[in-house]
Amino acid sequence: MNAQDRSGGGRRWLRGFARWESLLVVALVALIVLGNALSPFFLTAGNFSNLIAALMEVAIMALPMTLIIIAGEIDLSVESMAGLACALLGFLWAAGVPLAIGIPIVLLVGALGGLLNGLLVARGGLPSLVVTLGTLALFRGLALIVLGPRGISDFPAAFTEIGFGHVPGTLIPWPFVIFLGIAAVLGVVLHRTWLGRQVYAIGKNAGAARFSGVRVARVRIALFVLSGLISALAGIILTSRLSSARADAAQGMTLTVVTVVLLGGVNIFGGSGTIPGVVLAVLAVAVMQNALRLANVTVEVQSIALGLLLIISVVIPTFAHQAKSAIDRARRGRPPPADSVPSGEIALS
Amino acid sequence: MTESTHPPATTPSTPAGAIVPRAELVGISKRFGATQALDQVSLDLLPGEVHALVGENGAGKSTLVKILAGIHQPDSGTILLDGAPIQINGPARARALRIAVVHQEPRLFPDLTVAENVFIGHAPSGRVGTIDWRATRRAAEALFHELDVQLDVGAPVRGLSMADQQLIEIAKSLSLEARVLILDEPTASLSAHEVARLFAIVRRLRDRGVAILFVSHRLDEVFELCDRATVFRDGRHVTTRPTKELTTADLIRLMVGRAVSLFPKVETPMGDVLLEVDGLTRTGAFRDVRFSVRAGEILGFAGLVGAGRTEIARVLFGIDRRDGGTIRLGGKAVDFASPSAAMHAGIAYVPEDRHQEGLVLDFSIAQNVTLPILQRLFPRFLVRPSAERRVAREFTEQLNVRMTGVDQLVGALSGGNQQKVVLAKWLASKPRVLILDEPTRGIDIGAKVEVHRIVSELAASGLAVILISSDLPEVLAMSDRILVLHEGLVTAEIPHSRATEERVMFAATGSPSGVETEADGAVPAAGGQA
Amino acid sequence: MEAVGGAPSGTGGWLGAIARQRELSLVAIIVVLGGLVSLTAPQFLSVDNISQVAVLASIVAVAAVGEAIVVITRNVDLSVEATIGLVAYCLARTLELHALDAPAAIALSIGLGLVLGMVNGVIVTLFRVPAIVATLGTLSVFRGIDYFVAGSHQVPLAGLPDQFTNASRDTVFGIPLFVLLVIVVVAIGSVILRSTRFGRQVYAVGSNPEAAAVLGIPSRLVVFVAFSVCGLLAGVAGVLWVMEFGTINGTAATGSVLAIVAAVVVGGVNIFGGSGTLAGAALGALFLGFIANALILVGLSQFWLQAIYGLVILLAVSADALILRRIHRASAGHRAR
Repeated sequence: MNAQDRSGGGRRWLRGFARWESLLVVALVALIVLGNALSPFFLTAGNFSNLIAALMEVAIMALPMTLIIIAGEIDLSVESMAGLACALLGFLWAAGVPLAIGIPIVLLVGALGGLLNGLLVARGGLPSLVVTLGTLALFRGLALIVLGPRGISDFPAAFTEIGFGHVPGTLIPWPFVIFLGIAAVLGVVLHRTWLGRQVYAIGKNAGAARFSGVRVARVRIALFVLSGLISALAGIILTSRLSSARADAAQGMTLTVVTVVLLGGVNIFGGSGTIPGVVLAVLAVAVMQNALRLANVTVEVQSIALGLLLIISVVIPTFAHQAKSAIDRARRGRPPPADSVPSGEIALS
Repeated sequence: MTESTHPPATTPSTPAGAIVPRAELVGISKRFGATQALDQVSLDLLPGEVHALVGENGAGKSTLVKILAGIHQPDSGTILLDGAPIQINGPARARALRIAVVHQEPRLFPDLTVAENVFIGHAPSGRVGTIDWRATRRAAEALFHELDVQLDVGAPVRGLSMADQQLIEIAKSLSLEARVLILDEPTASLSAHEVARLFAIVRRLRDRGVAILFVSHRLDEVFELCDRATVFRDGRHVTTRPTKELTTADLIRLMVGRAVSLFPKVETPMGDVLLEVDGLTRTGAFRDVRFSVRAGEILGFAGLVGAGRTEIARVLFGIDRRDGGTIRLGGKAVDFASPSAAMHAGIAYVPEDRHQEGLVLDFSIAQNVTLPILQRLFPRFLVRPSAERRVAREFTEQLNVRMTGVDQLVGALSGGNQQKVVLAKWLASKPRVLILDEPTRGIDIGAKVEVHRIVSELAASGLAVILISSDLPEVLAMSDRILVLHEGLVTAEIPHSRATEERVMFAATGSPSGVETEADGAVPAAGGQA
Repeated sequence: MEAVGGAPSGTGGWLGAIARQRELSLVAIIVVLGGLVSLTAPQFLSVDNISQVAVLASIVAVAAVGEAIVVITRNVDLSVEATIGLVAYCLARTLELHALDAPAAIALSIGLGLVLGMVNGVIVTLFRVPAIVATLGTLSVFRGIDYFVAGSHQVPLAGLPDQFTNASRDTVFGIPLFVLLVIVVVAIGSVILRSTRFGRQVYAVGSNPEAAAVLGIPSRLVVFVAFSVCGLLAGVAGVLWVMEFGTINGTAATGSVLAIVAAVVVGGVNIFGGSGTLAGAALGALFLGFIANALILVGLSQFWLQAIYGLVILLAVSADALILRRIHRASAGHRAR
């Protein structure tokens, strides 16, 4: 994780970037063709609508996670924040608080949770990996304390419509619309505004960003607040979609969120990645899960494919890079550079 | 260290006479991609000599060092050690051959103790092959005693000064009983008295018969320490001559291939006092610092590393908070909580560490130049790339940055051009006060002269400039006044006309005569000329 | 111990002393905590309770020791819980089917852990995938394999040999077998880390990878071995898991990576590599175990446990940062004096 590795890796990712997104498109098309061969139902709108709806909480949380990872941090606590939002909403509803008040409270709690992460990381100077591991436990614990082992499920139909319903006259699920909306806004912010530029600068070299007058701590805090807020929103959508609130909701989702983000071509060490890439990755994962489901692979076992996909997505660019330089060398007819000898290989390039 | 060499009788004699070189490189070539880093270079190191290797950045010095260190393998050519051809196929092999390298930035393990860092890889082992920590400690203590250095060998390296870390590297080479010692820019981050201590040690090693290769940008050091000098240019060997037969001007001409004059200082009229500092204190760094800078003036900060110069700059730029005192900018009291606040008030800071603090290497030139002014440039939140490029072009062309275009990645530029991009970036922010921290460290002479010219012009255009530099000739030549610091205190303020190396050094080392210098040579710290 | 973490001596005063002695401060906190809790729940300090807590903590401790080695090399292994789960299920199923006798099955299980660790090692060192990504991936993969193998089957306690499941209650000279195992693992591991060439290379690679490369340290081999050992110890933890809980399905050990990494962090191992001790990691596990136990005895609901774990992690990492900052300031002040 030293600076040299980071910048070298960053450049490689940057160059491979446009190609990475096209690769995702190709993979997406291939999966659709494959799925269609597997089952005639694959391409039906109803089927597609179902498969996309089930992934939307993950997809929505992946968007702020993209910004956070580009800024060189990570937020492992998102699943617990979604769980806390779910539990809190259930608790408030059961206590007779109307949803019109309950939902804003839940969102506020999400933002506050994110603020806690942000303050500890940006002002306290603590590693986000450990801080959000701590709040991963903390927020889940709060969810358990708030709701206990209960399940709340008597939500009004109007509320469950958010997670379960479709845009009138179509089969497009509402959560997908919410996802695309957030993706569009964050995409513009990240790729077209100076705030987005600052996020990249922080991820590539936080020291230089700070010395250039970028308010690094403030940007980081804002990103964590955003992550908390949107995770709470995902929790609300999950509650609505399942029309039940439980303290263990969204457990294990962080893994999928991070996988989707990295699959979208975001560098785990920060500094590069795009929102369109992550959106494509969401679609690819949805299609893949659907294909596997039609092939009668259970959801649990699908995680094998997800994990392999994650690893391969990092291995391919590395090997493509190595293959390319090997070809270049062969073309020039020169021996391989000495820095590939076993002893001096790390970070000497 | 008293080992004698046993050269085979058939060893060919060298131009230096009958002595067999400790190490000899013959016809070494090395190519990286499209770049021919070394082209048929030859070099010999005699036992008991300090041999300087000089050249501009990109001349091939570091490639040669890395070949000797076993990090790179030459494409062609042979290396002889005490007359016998050898292959250095890895760093471990280099150490086994007793070739030691002290890199510019010490490569130590911050979490491990001093003693372990000295002996890492070859620690004394006890029974059953485990490491004998007591023996390691004792041996390390003995080495530092031999070097006449006081250092707690049981303490971790984390938090030690650069100079101490360099000494650990040297102790490491002692522990290897090095036959060949390569010092790669060892003085870049050392203060004058640390340099003196280092040189004393180097001379002792030389007298023991160690062959020493000394790579440096500081030509005064080459003449002070070295017996012979080899000049590289563009990967080729230019000359090897005894330093007695050379002058600084010769060396520069050989290095750059043309004659250059250093330090083009322009005398400029001065305006009003822009920045006034009084009683400025930061606990543990500096205290009661008082000075002022006028528009058009260059105020030099001299002093040893750790004297508090960078720390003052950091407080002025809002990176660290002060513990006491006042800062007035344009007559108004200010207190910056962040670099962005300082920046908006018109202060610019070119930091010491270009790669970690100055630039985002993965960003294009345009993106780097506009980074501080994004909000001002694009008040409507959206970045317009065309406007961004226009601004970047304006300032980089003004500073004569050599580039393929403003979309080029900064990481692909040479050190000197990178530094110019840092300057362009801060010029674009339209500052009133420009603080430069070691602006010419690690850049080659051609670029250095250009940076000096730019700084002079900036001052002439009405900026107040604070120049922090450990390069004494640079501070002396560039500054209208010099503020000398010693251990966090201002010990002298010397006007350009009275500034000499001796005066500055006395004040910087805090010696009693330095106080005298201050008494007869200094003017009151602030407002004296008003 | 001073050389083990390469910890400071001479700088930082009493804070430095605490930083150096994370193990001692953990023991002190456990003792104070024990005293306080025993005021309301006297059984907390009973031998029975203590040994029960220690046995439970042993499982996490073994895995945390392996994790600590990986973390010291500036890597992380998030897949340990899946390794524990997969090993546990395979072992339980093998015994249930009487396919092998217990010793052979145990040996094979530990071997499986080793292989899974080597898989991580290969992905990180040979394919050069950052450890956090690689092990996040293998966490998914190993867990998926676990589900795939187990399906909806659950091995009941009754399906296992008594002698095997009783092992968690066995003692040697009054010390529970599990605890003894942890002590042996920590002792052997500590000697290796402290006094062998390989051990020092583990710290060197984590402390400054570039310097390690320049020195000719085979960094990738060291990291590979670290991951392999971590997998092996996760395999051991998987065996202990079956002995302790008996009833095993495809979800065994889900979520336990949190406790394992928490133990490592609380035990004073620097998450960015280069320093920390195995004893610290094991004590961290014990400390978390005591907190869980104390909660129950004090009468707080189990639901508080997660929240308290979270707070403990945050406190531990804050304390680390504070101490480090003081040391830096102390040495900076020293220079500028």
